[in-house]
Amino acid sequence: MLSPVILVPAVLNGLMTGAVYALVALGLTLIYGVLHIINFAHGAMLTAAMFAAFFAYALLGLDPYLAAVLLTPLFFLIGYALQRFVIGPAAHGEDRNFLLVTLGLAVVIENALLYFFHADTRTINVPYAFDVIAIGPAFVAVPRVVALGVVIAVAAALWTIMQWSDTGKAIRAVAKEKLGAELCGVDVAHVYAVTFGLGTACVAVAACLLIPTYYVNPTAGEAFVLIAFTIVVLGGMGSIAGAVIGGLFVGVVESLSSIFLGQSLGQIGIFVMFIVMLLIRPNGLFGARA
Amino acid sequence: MKAYLPIAFAVALLAIVPFFTTSNVVLNFLVMALLIALAGQGWNLLGGYGGQYSFGHAAFFGTAAYATAILQTRYGVNAWLGLLAGVTAGALVGAVIGTLTFRSGLKGAYFSLVTLAFAEVLRIIASVAPITGAGVGTLIRLDLRPEAFQFQSRVPFYWIAVALVGLSLVVVRAIENSRFGAYLVAVRENEDAASALGIDAFAVKLGAMTISAAITAAAGCFYAQYFLFIDAAIAYGPWISIDALLAPIVGGAGTLFGSLLGALVIKTIGETTKFVTGDAPGLDLVIYGLLLVGVVGLAPRGIAGLLATTIGRLFGAAAPPEPKHG
Repeated sequence: MLSPVILVPAVLNGLMTGAVYALVALGLTLIYGVLHIINFAHGAMLTAAMFAAFFAYALLGLDPYLAAVLLTPLFFLIGYALQRFVIGPAAHGEDRNFLLVTLGLAVVIENALLYFFHADTRTINVPYAFDVIAIGPAFVAVPRVVALGVVIAVAAALWTIMQWSDTGKAIRAVAKEKLGAELCGVDVAHVYAVTFGLGTACVAVAACLLIPTYYVNPTAGEAFVLIAFTIVVLGGMGSIAGAVIGGLFVGVVESLSSIFLGQSLGQIGIFVMFIVMLLIRPNGLFGARA
Repeated sequence: MKAYLPIAFAVALLAIVPFFTTSNVVLNFLVMALLIALAGQGWNLLGGYGGQYSFGHAAFFGTAAYATAILQTRYGVNAWLGLLAGVTAGALVGAVIGTLTFRSGLKGAYFSLVTLAFAEVLRIIASVAPITGAGVGTLIRLDLRPEAFQFQSRVPFYWIAVALVGLSLVVVRAIENSRFGAYLVAVRENEDAASALGIDAFAVKLGAMTISAAITAAAGCFYAQYFLFIDAAIAYGPWISIDALLAPIVGGAGTLFGSLLGALVIKTIGETTKFVTGDAPGLDLVIYGLLLVGVVGLAPRGIAGLLATTIGRLFGAAAPPEPKHG
C-alpha cells in the first residue's frame, strides 16, 4: 500500500485538488482578515459562479478559462455591491449579525439557484478534460495542472496588490486598526466592500477552474466551504501564504486519507487534523495572535 | 419568586393551547417551534450569556438522539431512562469538547469552527458506524404507551415539550440570578478582566457548555421520540446547529425568552412562506432568507431588543443599555 506507484500520484493529485481549495480559502481568509467575519455566503457564491461558468459554456460556448476573464471582474462587482449595500448596512457592525446576514444570503442564493435551475447536476464537456501529462511515475489531468498554476498566479497577484498598491495598503491599515485608518481619511466602508469583492472574485476564478472537471448543482459549493474554513484556520486567519500552503496540505491529507480509510471516511482525516491542529497550535501555522 | 412569574405566565399560556384547538397542524407546528426553542435555549446559555458562539450544537443534539434511540432498540432500555441517558450523554460530549477547546484557549471564530468540525466528525462517523444503522438510520419501534414515551395523540407530546421548555427557562433564570451567571456574563464582557478579578474563566465556560449541551440534548431525545426515526444527517446535520443559533439570535441573544420568541418567529416565517409559495422548490427558502436578512437589519439586538427599545420609547423611559458581545 505504501509503494511509491500509489503514493506519488496520490500526493500529486492531492496537491492539484488542494490548489482549488486554496483559492476558495484565499477569498475567505481575505474577508476574515479584514472584516473579521466568517462569510457564510462564500459557498453559495462559489455555486453561483459555477453556474455562471456553466452557462457561459453551455449557452455562449465560452471556454471556462476565457470565461474567468469576464466572470472575475463581474463577481468582484457583485461582492462589492453585496457588502456595501446589503451586508454592511444590515449587520450594524456586530459580529453575530454579520453571521446571520451572510447565512441568510447563503440561503437566498442557494435556493434561488434551486428555484431557477432545479436540483439537476450538470457537467460540461471540454475537449481537454481527459488530457493527461506524465510527471515521474504519475499521470495528472491537464485541467488540474492549469488549476495549480492559476492559483499560484492569483495568490502572487493578491500578495502584490496587498503589499504595494495604495488600495492594498488601505486594506492592511483597516485590518490592523480600523479607527486609526478612518481618522487618516481611509473610507472604511469602501475598503470593506473592496475586500469582500476581492474575496468573491477568488471564488469566481475557482469556479472556472473547477467546472471543466467537476459538476454543478445548487449545493455544489458547500462541500468546498467547510474544507476552506479548515484551511483558513490551519493557515492562520488572514494569511495569504497560509491559505495557499494550508490548501495544498489539506488536499494531500484528503487524498492520502481516502487511500487509507476509504472514500466515505476520507474527509474525516481533514476534520481530525483540523481539531488536533487547533488544540495544539490555536493560531494556525502562519497566524498572528488572534 | 417574582423572577419566575413571567416563566409561569408563558408556560401557562402555551399549555392551554390544546383546550382551544387539537388540530394536528397547529400542534405539530408548535411542537417543532418548541423543539427549536429548547435546542436554542441551550445555545443561548453558552452563546448569548457566555459569548461563546458554537456552530456545532448538533453534536449534543445528535448524541442524545442516538443514545436514546440505540438504548431502546438495541438494549431494550425504557424510553424515559433513555431520555435521562441521552441528556447525560449530551452533557458529557459538551464537557469533553469544552475541556479540549477551552483548555487550549480557543476563542471567537476559532471556537465556532472547531465546534463545527466536532459535529462534522460525529456526523461522518454516524453515517458509517454499524451501531447507528449507518446510512439506513435508526428506527424506534412503534409502542404507543405512555410508559414508552409514545402517545396516541399529539397533545401529551406537546405538553411534554412545553414542560421541557419551561424547565429550560427556569434553569436559565436560576443561572441568571446566581453568582455563576454573573461570572459567565463577566467572562463574556471581558475575559481578561474577569480572570484578573479571580474568576476561573475556564471552569465557568466549561460549566456553561456542559449545561448548554444538556439542554440541547433534551431536544435531541425529544426529537427521537417524536419522529421515531433518526439518521446521521438529521441527528448531526448542520440544520440543527443553525436553527439552534438562529432562534436565540433572532429573538435576542442573552435574554431569557430570546430563544422561545425567535423560534416562534422563524418557524412562523418558514411555514408561512412554504404555504404562500406552494410547490415551487426553493422559493419559500428564498423569501425566508430575505426576511431573515430584513429582521436582522431592522432588529440588530433581536426581537427582545426591539421590544425593549419600542416600549422604552413609548413610555418615555430610557432604553436599556446595549449589551456588548465579544
